[in-house]
Amino acid sequence: MKLSILVNEGPYQHQSADSAIQFTKAALDKGHEIFRVFFYHDGVNNGTRFAVPPQDDRNITEQWSKLAQEHDLDLVVCIAAAQRRGILDENEAKRQGKDGNNIAPGFRISGLGQLIEAGIQSERLVIFGD
Amino acid sequence: MAEPWEEEAEGPVRKFMYVNRRAPYGTIYALESLEVVLIAAAFEQDVSLVFMDDGVYQIQKGQNTEGIGVKNFSPTYRALEGYDVEKLYVEKESLESRGMTTDDLVVPVQVLDKGQLAALMEEQEVILSF
Amino acid sequence: MPMLHTINKSPFERRTLDSCLRHVVKGAGILLLEDGVYAAVNGTIVADKVKAALSDNKVYVLGPDVEARGLKKENLIEGLEVVDYGGFVDLVTEYDKVQSWL
Repeated sequence: MKLSILVNEGPYQHQSADSAIQFTKAALDKGHEIFRVFFYHDGVNNGTRFAVPPQDDRNITEQWSKLAQEHDLDLVVCIAAAQRRGILDENEAKRQGKDGNNIAPGFRISGLGQLIEAGIQSERLVIFGD
Repeated sequence: MAEPWEEEAEGPVRKFMYVNRRAPYGTIYALESLEVVLIAAAFEQDVSLVFMDDGVYQIQKGQNTEGIGVKNFSPTYRALEGYDVEKLYVEKESLESRGMTTDDLVVPVQVLDKGQLAALMEEQEVILSF
Repeated sequence: MPMLHTINKSPFERRTLDSCLRHVVKGAGILLLEDGVYAAVNGTIVADKVKAALSDNKVYVLGPDVEARGLKKENLIEGLEVVDYGGFVDLVTEYDKVQSWL
């Protein structure tokens, strides 16, 4: 089945990101297709490569990046929510006149239309939030 | 050239429901979910907007946010009609338990009781919660 | 198949369990996960509510979240079905759609 996932909360603050990762892995193990993982609200904070969590704990952003690389996942960070919270890619940083960018590998920044498209094109949309 | 909203919708039309259960201003969910609805309007899907639990406060009349220094976004609910988002529902029990009537609301809505709302939810194909 | 409802907050912190139960139709499924698994424990003030739901609905609870919180499976309400993440995925595909009560 074609599944999409919406992650509404940032890493560590809520269990949402962890639950979403475990669900995504299980779905891939069962041979399902993940059409898109969309990050909204504080969920965009999953996409910063500057997080340095303790060595003896999981690195949520890296888990997403690894999943994206291994399974060619489409991880989309909402541009409006990202702008509010300071998650930028190189283009956005240039556009907004900021002196750096922080998007993590495997993530891309795009519009809310990508979430709606995921809802239209997928057979199921599963939401993880607070 | 036709504007995006003037082009005929291609592809499937699915029944989307946006469930709003949180009060405005205390958290960002009310504002950012409204932003999804506005962007989603361009996709010409069959959209229903539900306000229940504290979500009914989002459309309360008379919001004045000057003192708290945040933007008052309640007028935006009146613009929804112009985006062809016309199916707005409020749960009867949520209104009554808060001592409210439809006279307290900033937009016209259809009032459903919990049974009717449950049935409406079952009719949907994609349900978004924030 | 009707909807799968998910509840991820504790019934003692939020009224999500109540809001959800008010809107489930006969035959819908309910999955308790994250802090929502506390509603699966027998002998709490919400246990009767969950037991009542069992007459019309299947109620599932995410095993890994139960274990993480030190809750024992033998203390869960009888009639609840414990699933793992693979089971969660199966539920999502078996039911027609998912509504996450946040």
